[in-house]
Amino acid sequence: MPKLLQVLPPVFHAQQTVSLNDDLSQVSLYFIYAAMAVYTVAFLAYVWHLSQAASTVKANRKGATRIEKWAFILLIISALFHGFGVVLRGVAASRVPWANMYEFSITGTFLVVAIYLVSQVFVKDIRILAVFMSGFVLLVLGIATNQFYVQVKSLMPALQSYWLVIHVTVAILATGFFNIASAASIAYLMKGSKLVETSKLKGFALTRRILGLFPDMNKLEKLAYRFNIIGFILWTFTLIAGAIWAERAWHRYWGWDTKEVWTFIIWTIYAGYLHANATRGWSGKRSAWLAVIGFCAIIFNFTIVNLFFKGLHVYSGLK
Amino acid sequence: MDSSRPSDHVSNEAPIASPELGVVGWLRWVWRSLTSMRTALILLLLLAAAAIPGSIYPQRSADPNGVTSYFQQNPELAKVLDGLQLFDVYSSVWFSAIYILLFISLIGCVVPRTIVHAKAMVSPPPVTPRKLSRMPAYFISKTKSASSDSIVGDAAALLKKQGYRVEVDGDSVSAERGYLRETGNLIFHVSLIGVLVAVGFGGAFSYSGQRLLVEGDTFVNNLAGYDSFSPGAFFNENNLQPFSMSLDKFEIAFDNNVDHVGNTGTPIDFRASVSTKLTPGSEASKAVIRVNEPLELPGSKVYLTGNGYAPVLAFSDKPCKALPGGVRVIEGPFSYEGAVPYLPQDANYTSLGVIKLPDAKPNQYGVLSFFYPTAGKLPTGAFTSIYPAALSPQSSLLTLNVYVGDLGLDSGIPSNVFSLATHGLKQLSGGKTGVKPIQLLVKGNAQDLPNHMGCVAFTDLKRFASLDIDYNPGQGWVLLFALLSLGGLILSLLVPRRRVWVKRTSEGVEVAALARGDDPALEKIVVEVADELGFKAKSKKKDTDA
Repeated sequence: MPKLLQVLPPVFHAQQTVSLNDDLSQVSLYFIYAAMAVYTVAFLAYVWHLSQAASTVKANRKGATRIEKWAFILLIISALFHGFGVVLRGVAASRVPWANMYEFSITGTFLVVAIYLVSQVFVKDIRILAVFMSGFVLLVLGIATNQFYVQVKSLMPALQSYWLVIHVTVAILATGFFNIASAASIAYLMKGSKLVETSKLKGFALTRRILGLFPDMNKLEKLAYRFNIIGFILWTFTLIAGAIWAERAWHRYWGWDTKEVWTFIIWTIYAGYLHANATRGWSGKRSAWLAVIGFCAIIFNFTIVNLFFKGLHVYSGLK
Repeated sequence: MDSSRPSDHVSNEAPIASPELGVVGWLRWVWRSLTSMRTALILLLLLAAAAIPGSIYPQRSADPNGVTSYFQQNPELAKVLDGLQLFDVYSSVWFSAIYILLFISLIGCVVPRTIVHAKAMVSPPPVTPRKLSRMPAYFISKTKSASSDSIVGDAAALLKKQGYRVEVDGDSVSAERGYLRETGNLIFHVSLIGVLVAVGFGGAFSYSGQRLLVEGDTFVNNLAGYDSFSPGAFFNENNLQPFSMSLDKFEIAFDNNVDHVGNTGTPIDFRASVSTKLTPGSEASKAVIRVNEPLELPGSKVYLTGNGYAPVLAFSDKPCKALPGGVRVIEGPFSYEGAVPYLPQDANYTSLGVIKLPDAKPNQYGVLSFFYPTAGKLPTGAFTSIYPAALSPQSSLLTLNVYVGDLGLDSGIPSNVFSLATHGLKQLSGGKTGVKPIQLLVKGNAQDLPNHMGCVAFTDLKRFASLDIDYNPGQGWVLLFALLSLGGLILSLLVPRRRVWVKRTSEGVEVAALARGDDPALEKIVVEVADELGFKAKSKKKDTDA
């Protein structure tokens, strides 16, 4: 801004002033960085745990449980840093912290971790997926802080609606469930892979032993299914809530905007997944592939569609 | 069919056709294949794939300007793509074919399932299978107390209390619950048909019209009042309610805090204050339309979809009149006078306007004009706007480039009011002409046009609002069916449908359970039932459950 803008014309009514705190958003960013650092250590600890637990030496296998315990504690610490970072970002912007890609990334990954931490209390089988989950969260946070970071900004009028809270929260939750399900499906596909099963190369022996630590394929398939049905219900709601909001903000409930198109595509892929589970010849491997493809479509929708496709959902805040 | 499936399980297998089928046989084969789950699955995946091109190529429905510019940039390729209906994906023959087939398949699947389900709802649970030990969840107690006579009655009472439908059959109890799972499934699928019908019906009677209103202007709701109008197939002009609407004021709140680096100048609120008369003679009622807050009128809703500046300009064929003190003013008669909507080109409202003067004498001319609410200079010397509002009346600047020649308005070919086809016109000011563009301040001096063509003045600054007037009688129904399908989906995925059997045999008492679909609690259920009946059950894990 050039210097001449020292005194700007008053806004026409008092409640329309915005409150943004750049210093606080810096503090938020430091918390996110701190979380990333601890996630890195937690991720490495989980990798170490897997390699130890799959070791052929008995003493190593014994020590693995302790490593996992430490990795879990590190995961909780990083989740706390992460959560602080998200909350501070919201406070700095005086609104919900999911109005652009950076904020969506940090909030979304936090919810993935939260869903994981809550679920692993009830579904012990997903504990082993921590390595997928922490690696994924770390990757997304790395891209978010490097590529998507923007200063705190006020909400554009189209986003000033309670539907921002409803529609986006549910979309993030759905993504979190799909994410954990896709981890289970990837483990399923790796376990069922002929290459891994039969290869005589040395690395594959270790891979086989590591995969041996995961629940059996039947359990993995069910885990994926259970997380995917929750994700699908939430995604259906996201779609309906989005249509209700679009009717108010854009004068039509559905207009095949690029983001709407991809929300529909993702819904259809997961609907296909549910049918595949009940179709002989399609349950198992093919439906697991559909779950992975579905999650790839979600990532595509969030990145490529946001950044490169023309449409009304242009909220990345990036130039 | 899987032997462990309930007898009313609908098979997903397409029957294998034999080559000697007659016409009826073939039709039956086609119908069976179409309504199989495998076909539905493939159609779903096809639908997902077919939707992708619509996000890659601009669509006439969502982005008509994108289609126009695609045709300008790649005329040859565009023709090919257009032939394949890739600019109208969602109304294309191939996309429609997929979803129509999908819905036929859905109907063909739902109807027999509804009949089967209706029958199941009124008939008792099927008889207890002979070998319960084959069931995925199974428990047997070989203790003596197990053979007590009351066990069958106890089990029946217990299961009934737990919401099961119970049938006592000699030495065994057969119980089933979770019929809502299939009910939900059917509601989900039928509601999807409802959504499709409501979308089609609503679309046919709907209309969507656009109108740009400058502050002070009035819109009357008839076809002539719209700048653009897209009606549904069954739209009738007589259905337009005869309201009128004036835009009294349009206001924007920008973030005016200079400390908000990167956010200063961001719009926080748009408000269109309007006066509406529902019938020509009635009292005007005032309302404010905002983004996310449309105005609901009988028979339509009015949405705020855009805005910009509308400088009020006057053009005269006479030279400006010089008053004492160096002030120059414009004199009538005017070849043009009025507010001109300028389309914003960037976030700071650098705006582009076009004025065509076909009645100017001796030659008609056109003007390409830029408006800068708060003008600043780029390092290159070009003007730019540095704040989206006028900081003071003197901070706004209007520049004009004049083009002389045939404007092509007499040819009868409709032309865009927001663009000037400069090809074939002679530029007299601005650009490479060497003549400076005319620069005007609001309510400042009038300026002479080049070549003694006359005088121009910038007399006032107004704003305009782009309004969208929409009517869709189907959308309430679409919402209703969408919510019903969501409810059905939740039931069909989360309600467990299971059968439980308790059987007294010579060996002891058996408890077994079987689920339709995924049921994480199956093992637990058997243990619980056994516990309630007085056995210390330890779950004997079968391979099926986690």
